[in-house]
Amino acid sequence: MIDESILSEVLAAGLSGGAEFAEVFVEDRRSTSAVLDDGRVEDVATGRDRGAGIRVVVGESTGFAHTTDLSSEGLCAAAGTAAAAARGGTGGTTVVDLTQVQAPSPSVVRLYPGEVPTSAKVDLLGRADSAARSAGASITQVSARYGDTRRRIQVANSDGVLASDDQVRTLFSVSAVASGDTGLQTGRESIGHTVGFELFDDHSVEELAERAARRAITKLAARPAPSGTRTVVIGPGGGGVMFHEACGHGLEADLVGKGASVFAGRVGEQVASPLVTLVDDGTMGGEWGAFAIDDEGRPAQRNTLIQDGVLTEFMWDLLRARKEGRPSSGNGRRQSYQHLPMVRMTNTYLLGGDSDPADILADTPSGVYVAHLGGGQVNTATGDFVFGMTEAYLIEDGAITEPLRDGNLIGNGPAALASIDAVGNDFAMGAPGTCGKDGQGVPVGDGVPTLRVGGLTVGGTAA
Amino acid sequence: MSRGDAGAVVLETPDALLERAEAALDGARAGEQVEVSLGSSMDTELRAYDGAIESLSSSRSDGALVRVIADGGRAGVATGSLTTPEALAELLAEARANAADAGTDPTMALAEPDGVAQPVLELYDPRIEELSIDDKRDLALGLEAAVMAGDPRMVGVEGADYGDSVVVSAIATTAGIRAAQRESGAGLSVYAMATEQGETQTGFGFAVGRAAHELSVERTAAEAVLRTVRLLGSAKPPSGRVDVVLDPWVTAQFLGVIAEMLSGEEVRKGRTPFAGRVGEAIASPLVSLADDPTDARAPGASLTDDEGLACRPVPLIEGGALTSYLHNSITGAVLGGASTGSATRSGTSLGVGPRAVALRPGATPRSELLSGVGEGVLVTEVSGLHSGVNPTSGDFSCGIEGLQIRGGEEAEPIREAIVASTLQRMLTSVVAVGDDESWFPIDASGVSLAIEGLSLAGA
Repeated sequence: MIDESILSEVLAAGLSGGAEFAEVFVEDRRSTSAVLDDGRVEDVATGRDRGAGIRVVVGESTGFAHTTDLSSEGLCAAAGTAAAAARGGTGGTTVVDLTQVQAPSPSVVRLYPGEVPTSAKVDLLGRADSAARSAGASITQVSARYGDTRRRIQVANSDGVLASDDQVRTLFSVSAVASGDTGLQTGRESIGHTVGFELFDDHSVEELAERAARRAITKLAARPAPSGTRTVVIGPGGGGVMFHEACGHGLEADLVGKGASVFAGRVGEQVASPLVTLVDDGTMGGEWGAFAIDDEGRPAQRNTLIQDGVLTEFMWDLLRARKEGRPSSGNGRRQSYQHLPMVRMTNTYLLGGDSDPADILADTPSGVYVAHLGGGQVNTATGDFVFGMTEAYLIEDGAITEPLRDGNLIGNGPAALASIDAVGNDFAMGAPGTCGKDGQGVPVGDGVPTLRVGGLTVGGTAA
Repeated sequence: MSRGDAGAVVLETPDALLERAEAALDGARAGEQVEVSLGSSMDTELRAYDGAIESLSSSRSDGALVRVIADGGRAGVATGSLTTPEALAELLAEARANAADAGTDPTMALAEPDGVAQPVLELYDPRIEELSIDDKRDLALGLEAAVMAGDPRMVGVEGADYGDSVVVSAIATTAGIRAAQRESGAGLSVYAMATEQGETQTGFGFAVGRAAHELSVERTAAEAVLRTVRLLGSAKPPSGRVDVVLDPWVTAQFLGVIAEMLSGEEVRKGRTPFAGRVGEAIASPLVSLADDPTDARAPGASLTDDEGLACRPVPLIEGGALTSYLHNSITGAVLGGASTGSATRSGTSLGVGPRAVALRPGATPRSELLSGVGEGVLVTEVSGLHSGVNPTSGDFSCGIEGLQIRGGEEAEPIREAIVASTLQRMLTSVVAVGDDESWFPIDASGVSLAIEGLSLAGA
């Protein structure tokens, strides 16, 4: 992308005020999207965004500037702006020798979306629309979305790191509305992987559309969810967002360092049930949160965060790790070249346990079974988190019975982790997600086996 | 491009940007409708933490979007981060190619000028350019210091931020639309933490204006301190049916969702329970709701919408009766009306949405709302709105923080609880509207609002 000699020159310009660290992040992103709604393909869109973000660190201060001018002059000017913002001290000349980091991509792309005619992408939308509408007469509306991105990045910093990655992601989602005597209900399904257009060799958009439609239809007969504390069983693949919220964010070293996490200072302690082993893994080939290098040039890693209930490690980005004199864990990510990196999750999942999922249900006299979760939110400082259920059922006498309307669940991270009393042997990854933090969104994956949480507060309207 | 010291980059004037957009229309072919939208912004963001500036970012960004509607209403879009004539010509060619792959849609068309005059609004305050970087540092550092000094139980901030921006935008279309504007914005925000007896609580404070002189560090800090320390000692409330008073900030977030349910797009596509109900009572007679982007106080105030039509006040609910939906030119035409100047663009898709939704304030002071409720819950913050509100079914279920109301007064704090109902029922259950209209950096303003009979899930 950018010549190594120019990168060295830009880093020197960043360091010229006496800064201790400078970094250039170059990004070239191409994207295609197409939306079908109300039976019409509304927009076929393509985008190209290319630019560089330059970061300069002096003491505790970071200066940052970005530019779309990728000439040597444009990049050096941005480096000057970043250095001025960080307020370097006395000048000096620094020469940076860059060494290429070898980091093979964990994901294999067989068919680059850029080589596929747009008409083939648009065709998928119509197929999904037909399949969803065929699922039942009560389906009154369908929307489907196709999206692909190819994100090429290059990172060079004053530690001598030079690294690059080529990240291809392909996504497809379907939303259906069902209408009945009880009003309108919705169902949504999505698949997304760090792969190319071969995604659709391995996954059927028709099946996806039928699942979304069936979810909407099922909920037409749903009763209000209960209101109050209940035992909750979460189905395989459906509930990774709970761990993302209940403890994932709280294990990010930037929040920990500011005392804004209930998990601060607890490494080595039992913070969860012994059944809980939680991993964040950027190396899971093909998964939505996978990459070869993070957005600071660090190769992706598999990090065990909680082992048998004991907190083993936080997630780190480069700046926070440098301060502590330790390596980054490969969790420094950013939305684009216009943003500063910070600590972010990749693919976060709970390892499978020994229990037969059928036994977990059978051993639950009453409660709520959540087959599919929506998004969530956490206050890391208090540990209180919420997440939405988009497909849930009542558990009565150890069996799944009636469907429930949508609602949120609320809990406290450490308390919820401690009350996990069963973990199944049926691990599955869930749907692709976008994690938001400080206004930046990045792609993340999650996964869980069937698991049971002793008590969460379910926010329904039934007594 | 980003050049020189922060703040030294001069953006083009709205007229110059419009000229550039207009010039790009020359590439349109016969029978083709073309829209060119351009934007440039200069943003500065500073974060203070622990008595120092943790980060300072300052840059110019540019964006271009070209939409082509070809024969049969095939629409293609291309976006990019360069706005040179060459780059715009490339985007036009790309959008044209994309249109060839889109489906036909006879309703797809550019907005036609409708003769509605743009409101007279000053959205740009030149004083935004006068503030030095040192002044901005002082604001962020001063905010953190004021929060820490506000109460001995304050233990820190996650960040105390100052940010400002100048945005210039222009739209030109082959249908004859010409629109351009320049706006400025400045804001303070802080996310604070307090600790007492091993319990930590958090709270925020923020301020928005067209330039920094409108922002009060003291008031922003005081709000953050109050919001944080009043939650100390909180406990999970018992489950049951409760009457609530929503803080203006909470009301504003709900109004944003309700206005989206009144979007012509959702009506057209049968995705809102309010479809087909114009003229019917859908809310308590106390509820009068409008989207008014011509209100200069609103952060979302704007001269034109994202199709380039003039913004105008849109009455949505009057005395509890549904009066109108929000429309862009397409939903307006399809549903037998006209655009209400409410086109929005999210990503590359043209949609419909509010910019400045406001409930007509009542005459009741907040203290009387509380005494009117007597026993209930004051909701000061909600969480999980995006996962817990379904604008199609109307079901909602949100995590809350707040205070018990006992004997008509604010009492002990509560946490880890959820309130649930449907938005339809919530609108009809409004029993009093406060007089404390407040503006927030979102598309809605708020007042204190008393609502009866929500489900509260707690212990």
